Amino acid sequence: MADGERFNMEAAEAKVLVRDVNVFYGEKQALFDIDLDIGRNQVTSLIGPSGCGKSTFLRCMNRMNDVIDGCRVEGSIKVDGDEVLDAGIDPVQLRRRVGMVFQKPNPFPKSIYDNVAYGPRIHGLVSSQDDLDELVQTSLERAALWEEVKDRLHQPGTGLSGGQQQRLCIARAVAVRPDVILMDEPCSALDPIATARVEELIEELKKAYSIVIVTHSMQQAARVSQRTAFFHLGVLVEVGVTEQIFTAPRDERTQGYITGRFG
Amino acid sequence: MQIWALILILICLAAYGHVIGRRRAISFAAAKPALLHSLPFYHGAYLALWVVIPSLLAIALWLVAQGPIIESLIISGLNTDTQALSADRLSLVLNDIVNVASGDIPSREPTPEIAAAAQKFSELKKLSNLGMVVISLGLGIACLWWAKGKISAEFRARNQVERIFTIIMILASTIAILTTIGIVLSLLFEAWRFFLRIPLDDFLFGLQWSPQTAIRADQVGASGSFGAIPIFAGTLLITVIAMCVAVPLGLMSAIYMSEYASNRLRGVIKPLLEILAGVPTVVYGFFAALTVAPFFRGMGETVGLDVSSESALAAGVVMGIMIIPFVSSLSDDVMNAVPQTLRDGSFALGATKSETIRQVVLPAALPGVVGAVLLAVSRAIGETMIVVMAAGLAANLTANPFEAVTTVTVQIVTLLVGDQEFDSSKTLAAFALGLVLFFITLSLNVFALRIVRKYREKYD
Repeated sequence: MADGERFNMEAAEAKVLVRDVNVFYGEKQALFDIDLDIGRNQVTSLIGPSGCGKSTFLRCMNRMNDVIDGCRVEGSIKVDGDEVLDAGIDPVQLRRRVGMVFQKPNPFPKSIYDNVAYGPRIHGLVSSQDDLDELVQTSLERAALWEEVKDRLHQPGTGLSGGQQQRLCIARAVAVRPDVILMDEPCSALDPIATARVEELIEELKKAYSIVIVTHSMQQAARVSQRTAFFHLGVLVEVGVTEQIFTAPRDERTQGYITGRFG
Repeated sequence: MQIWALILILICLAAYGHVIGRRRAISFAAAKPALLHSLPFYHGAYLALWVVIPSLLAIALWLVAQGPIIESLIISGLNTDTQALSADRLSLVLNDIVNVASGDIPSREPTPEIAAAAQKFSELKKLSNLGMVVISLGLGIACLWWAKGKISAEFRARNQVERIFTIIMILASTIAILTTIGIVLSLLFEAWRFFLRIPLDDFLFGLQWSPQTAIRADQVGASGSFGAIPIFAGTLLITVIAMCVAVPLGLMSAIYMSEYASNRLRGVIKPLLEILAGVPTVVYGFFAALTVAPFFRGMGETVGLDVSSESALAAGVVMGIMIIPFVSSLSDDVMNAVPQTLRDGSFALGATKSETIRQVVLPAALPGVVGAVLLAVSRAIGETMIVVMAAGLAANLTANPFEAVTTVTVQIVTLLVGDQEFDSSKTLAAFALGLVLFFITLSLNVFALRIVRKYREKYD
């Protein structure tokens, strides 16, 4: 994108720097020359019609696209200055720093406690059982779930309600102490009350983490994010301060999408 | 008239009923189409069912009842001294009468009495046949006429037809259950006769199995002891060996197929593995007896072990190979059914592939894997041919896999093969073994279900 620079913020406050990213599924190109900065301790929301490449872009940042056969990513993504797309980077190490929450709550078939302890255990983050207990508790507290589950930590995570499950997944992501949390439509399977709770939680989490959230709800983007990026047909059309995107979009495609003319 | 001809006529009648049922419904519909409760098809089906079901029931009842009734009529027509014969002799006489009537060769030259009875038998048979035709067709037509009268625009034909089909489905499932109950009862009955001769505790806890009973009093080597422990121990030994082979190999190939192999490779490997399940067990028996057993014996000789040429090891290993596809194919299906979102969740936390498989995929798939393993166990317990050919018939009580052992199914076969009287302890022992085997597999299944349910509560 020729005038990509105007989408970017001061490098000093950027947590993730994305430059010239192109993504291909086999022969088909899904993303074209994406330049985007993700701000530190900010919520950045990605909006756009279905199939525009938001989720693909999100999955580039923790290399989850590696799992998909025939998917190829080109360009540069730097998290705190470290290149992510470099072949030498171990995706396992990367994903510790860049956590992810999925569209559908996907708690493991384990107890609530083990769900949260899963990440710390595999990464050897804690040395004693007491430390682990504490980490599980702080993670669940961060996810605003502790009060609801503290008496049944050893019951299956799958027994929780949909909204609680999603907060459990957030607690699970928080427990490995990542720098960035990616959220792929985290509220699309939740009712309005659970959605409100998750949004409050995002508001709280941004104090400690940099958050990127994909959403189909423009109200949600407006409510939770400081910066908004609008994707259309694999192209990053416009990015800017959320208020500006929703009140004075520069591009007529953005204008068309947010006023509901297409998408 | 032949019974099949009668049934053919009934089917034609039912088809006719279907047609007129439809017509009648359509004629109502033409007047007030919106008021017809059920589609015309259901009205037709309703009539057809009313033709078929009562008449078929009548035929079945008639066929069951006519034999005893004709028999008692014939007997009452015989001379009083023939009637006074014992039940066995009387049935012999009746047999002769039936043979004469049907033109077969009777056991001796028919007496005038028997010839007369045979004549009477044929007449009764003809009469009965005619009666059956008249009654069933009459019933069919009467029902048709009656049901036809019920058809109207508001008539709820669909609900009626659906209810009848529900009943038919219930009957179909009941037949399977009743068959099982019948099998259990026949086993119980014969086993009961066995336990009248041999005490239950001798059978269950005896350490000596030598089922040859003496025919003559002076016969040697016919002690006839029925202690089942050695053969159950043999079954257990061979099953354990088989599972030691099948579970690791099957599970690992399942993990490879579902988690690591590309779709193309999986499409090749899976059918190839499943071929193993299609090989006849006799062929496995050859393989075990002629290739594997000598191989193990040779190996044993080189390391200084005494391996008998018919060993539990050879039979168990080959059996284990045979049941690999049961474990691998089912486990692979179960692991494939674990949602991709769970794997993604684990990868997103920075878990490696092996961590994800061990800590997320396998626990989630566990109920299915347990089910697959238990299916394989019951297959191993029930397997006969390989053991007959490769493990021998000697009922040794041993935990040494290099010795010859025998299994329950093999013993049942050897007890019942050949000309045997069906009231000796030897043959009855087969039923007792079968009963115990049945209880073992039953409790295995109950146990498996409980495990599966427990984990399902935990993991779904």
